[in-house]
Formats: sequence, C-alpha cells, structure tokens
Amino acid sequence: MTRKEALVVVERDEPVSATWNRVLLARANDRPTAWDYVQRVCTNFIELHGDRSFRDDPSILAGLASFEGRSVAIVAHFKGKSFKDRVQRNFGMAHPEGYRKALRVMRLAERFGLPIISLIDTPGAYPGIEAEERGQVEAIARNIQEMFEIAVPIVVTIIGEGGSGGALALGVGDKVLMMENSIYSVISPEACAAILWNDPAMSADAAASLHLTAQHLRTLAIVDEIIPEPEGGAQKDLSKMSQALKASLLKAFEEIDAIPREELLARRYAKFHEMVRFRLLS
Amino acid sequence: MKEKKRTGWLEKNGNDDRGPGTGSDPGEGEKKIRIPEGLWIKCNHCRQIVYRKEVDRSGKVCPKCNYHFPITLDERLEQLADPGTFEEFAAEVVSSDPLHFSDSQRYVDRLRSAQKKTGLDDAIRVGECSIMSIPSVLGVFSFHFMGGSMGSVVGEKVVRAADKALEKRRPLILVTASGGARMQEGIFSLMQMARTSAAVGSLKKAGLPYLTVLTDPTFGGVTASFAMLGDVIIAEPRALIGFAGPRVIEQTIRQQLPEGFQRAEFLLEHGFVDMIVARKHLKETLGQLLCHLGARRNSGTLCQGSQTG
Repeated sequence: MTRKEALVVVERDEPVSATWNRVLLARANDRPTAWDYVQRVCTNFIELHGDRSFRDDPSILAGLASFEGRSVAIVAHFKGKSFKDRVQRNFGMAHPEGYRKALRVMRLAERFGLPIISLIDTPGAYPGIEAEERGQVEAIARNIQEMFEIAVPIVVTIIGEGGSGGALALGVGDKVLMMENSIYSVISPEACAAILWNDPAMSADAAASLHLTAQHLRTLAIVDEIIPEPEGGAQKDLSKMSQALKASLLKAFEEIDAIPREELLARRYAKFHEMVRFRLLS
Repeated sequence: MKEKKRTGWLEKNGNDDRGPGTGSDPGEGEKKIRIPEGLWIKCNHCRQIVYRKEVDRSGKVCPKCNYHFPITLDERLEQLADPGTFEEFAAEVVSSDPLHFSDSQRYVDRLRSAQKKTGLDDAIRVGECSIMSIPSVLGVFSFHFMGGSMGSVVGEKVVRAADKALEKRRPLILVTASGGARMQEGIFSLMQMARTSAAVGSLKKAGLPYLTVLTDPTFGGVTASFAMLGDVIIAEPRALIGFAGPRVIEQTIRQQLPEGFQRAEFLLEHGFVDMIVARKHLKETLGQLLCHLGARRNSGTLCQGSQTG
C-alpha cells in the first residue's frame, strides 16, 4: 500500500510526517528527562533506592519530594542525560527490579497517605535474558494490578516515550496527562512496520496508524489532558515546560482531591474499564 | 509462512526453530489442526512413528517423548469441561476495528480470514462449565486466531469472565496461548492489560480462586498481565512463555539464547510458575486445586480436604 492510500483509510488530523516528527521529538536526546522536571517541579527530593530483593535499577527514579506544599512520592522512568549516563540507565528500559522498586515506593506512599506523581519515558521494558529470568512479565503484571489498589491519588504524565507494557507498569492512575509531543503506544512504530508491513521503511505510516500521539489519545479518551509544549518542543524552554507541567499536576490533584477518598479506587477502575472498543452482535 | 508473519508480533519475533513446541504450524487453522489421517503418525519432536489412537487417548501427547501436540480451543474445552456442561457467554462481543487499521491488508480482512480459518469470532471463548463437578468459569485462548493476540474483544471477554465468576461466586480458570497484544487495535490493546489485571484483582478481594494455565506459546501483553496473576500458575510441558520473543532478545543482546530459555521448565526453575502439568493430568489437577482453595461441587458441598479431586 502506498502512503497516500494509508492516508485515506486512517482518518487523522495531521499528515504522517507531522506524526513522525512528534515521534522523533519524543525520543530526542535533548528532550528533558524525568530528573529535569523533578528538580524544577518539586523541592526537597530524596531519592530512594532498591527493590529490597535484587538490586537498584537506575532506569527507574523513585523518591519522596515536596510538591506545592505537600509531600509526594515520585516514580519515573529515567533515560539519563550524558551518553555514559544513558548507557548506565539502560536508556530508561527497566528490568523487573526497577518496576518492583517503583511498586515498593508507591506502597510506602500509600501507607503514609502521600499522593503519587508518575512520569513515563521509556522505549519499553528491557528484553533481555536476565530480565526474563527475573520475571519481567510478573513484575509488570503485578505493578499494573496493584496500581489499581493503591489508595492514594496517582497522576500519570507521559513526558516522552510511553513504550507499551513497560510504560503501563507505571501508568495506572486517576489522571493520565500527556505532553504535546510525547507518544504512547502498544508497540514501537518500527517493530509494527517490520511485522505488519514487512518493511521497516513504513515506520512513519505505522506511527500514524497506531494513533500514538497525545492528540489522538485525547480523542480516544485514553488521556485526560494534553500539556502544551513550547514552540519546537519541550527542550526549547525547559523552565516554561516545567511550569506547564506543574500547573497541570496541580490542577489534576485538585480534581482528584474533590473525589471522596472511598470512591477513589472504584473510579480509577471505572476509568480504565472504559478503555475498550467493540461491538455487540444483535 | 507469509501469513504467519502478519498476525501477532510473536510469530515474527518469537517462533524460532529451537525445537518443537514453539506453537503449532501456522499454516493450519483451528478446524484443520488434525494429526494426519491414518493409523500411524510422526511426532514433531522425537520424529518417531507413533500409534495415532494412543496419541489421541492421552490428549494429543506423544507416548514416546511426551511432546504435547498443539490442540484446538474446542479440543481443550472438551478435555477440561465436564461433558456437555460448557455454556458460552459474551459470544456477541466482536471487534469494531476502532482505529480503522490498515497495513498491507485491512484489519477487518485479517479478522475475516481468521474467522473463516478457525470458525471462531476472536481469539478466546469464555463460558460457564463444571470441572470435576465443580461449577467454574473457564476461558480458553486459540493461538490460531491471529496468534491469540489480545485486543478489545479478548480483553472484554476476560473481564466478563471475571465478572461472571464474581457474580456467581465461582472460580475462574484461564488457559492462555498468545503472541501478545493485537497491535491493530493500538492503545486499546495495551489498555486490555490494565482492564484484565484489574478485573482478576477483584477475584482476589472476593476470595475466589483464579487459576491460569499457560500453554505454548504465551507472550507479551497476555503474560505481562492476567496470565502471571493467577493464585496458582500452571504451565504445559515445554511451553514457551515470556515477555519478549526469543528473536527480539537475540537481536537486542546479539548472542544466542541458552538451550531451554523461556520454556515452562525454565520458568519453574526461576520461580515464576507453580507447576508443570502434563495434559492428561490437567483436569484432575485443576479439580484438586479448586477443592483445596475452597470451591464447591455441583451438589454445594465443599471438597476441601477430601480424598478425591
């Protein structure tokens, strides 16, 4: 199929090239990381390490911080800054112990009544021998399930790449926000193109077909709010971007605070329960 | 082989040639998976010529090497549900192609051809039945329907199965075989991981047993959600089970994978499944587990602590 034909069958509001540009922006080396935002949005950040079982996974950043006059817990994928740092942090691709660290800190937050800020930025969970040996599937499944049970407000923000199950493992919450040029997808466009088109050159078309942009996902009611980025992307004006993130987080927490606490988990369940599309045969 | 590459992501990435048990021949449909006609057949694994009736009698297992031939969804139902007790529900839930997805072929056309090939509407059937006289809710995957991939329909049926188990206070048993998420439904297939994990979580709170049986192959979004959340997790011998397909891992780490990697035995050794159960003992084992976990028989009596399963 040619690109033109693809455009006809997939209704969309922007050309394939614009979607692909967002994919590139979301992944760019100079895109601000979770750590950039934590430093600017919060104060008194104290990093907590380790899953208490195997090791500390530097792909995941977790800790406690002050946010607008209250203490919160932070869980985030952290891709790293310099090349060396990025390698050490495995480009934000967590092993099971990373997800387990995040879960441990979220459970800690719950015990002390702290709201949770989750920042998502990962190509996906790491596909490696050790990851499989240590139960990548179990760690992801457990996080997803338990995030429905953690009885404190959770605000999830996709700040860059939301790569499949590895993203969802930190991705269940009462509000899901997305930065304008971030992406969230069940599979990378490259892998999707390789499998379905049998042609990696079709990645841009795959990206568009997957509806992975914030705009698409807002339309599909997966995302509650799009956080606008400065002209040219978040990296162009980090302080402005951080202010926008802070304002959106604040608004999200205010809205969640209005929900009676005993209804919080039922509403979270109901929110995700709606994320399905099928038809019924009569 | 072309068709194989175009269904779930596992086939492309996961089904390597490291031996038998890596899923059934993709060229064969649900209806067509027949061990070839005739009195004698050749085992896919040990290559020995074995007596067909003997294979059939043991639930399609090779009597020489214990290789588990792939079986269809309906054969599985037949093996697990007490005769005549399976009553399907949620059969009216069908795909709506939410993203109007089209690649080299339209998603609706892929669905249609999978339906024609398998005689199924989607990659799972769920229903009420008795297992060893214990009223249960049972869901069984078909790998032959687009690689057993999970989109909205599969997700919804799993959720409805959990809801039914809650409503009727019955145990839930899910038998998986899946390449992972159905990428043609994009974010909706990813969200089925969340919906299903949450739904089976409700059983935990209600004190109802939830058992999973992982068959060859179970990968990706299905493994990384409800499949790994069973109170007891059973795997079939030699089943390939994991997150990323072997080929993806090989491409990532650029080295060969060790023998037996991601097999059921590997998961047992690493502590991620409770037990490996041969097909001929599966029903009986499920019955015994359900009894231990406080399920009731059709008669309403508890079978906890009883002698027979």
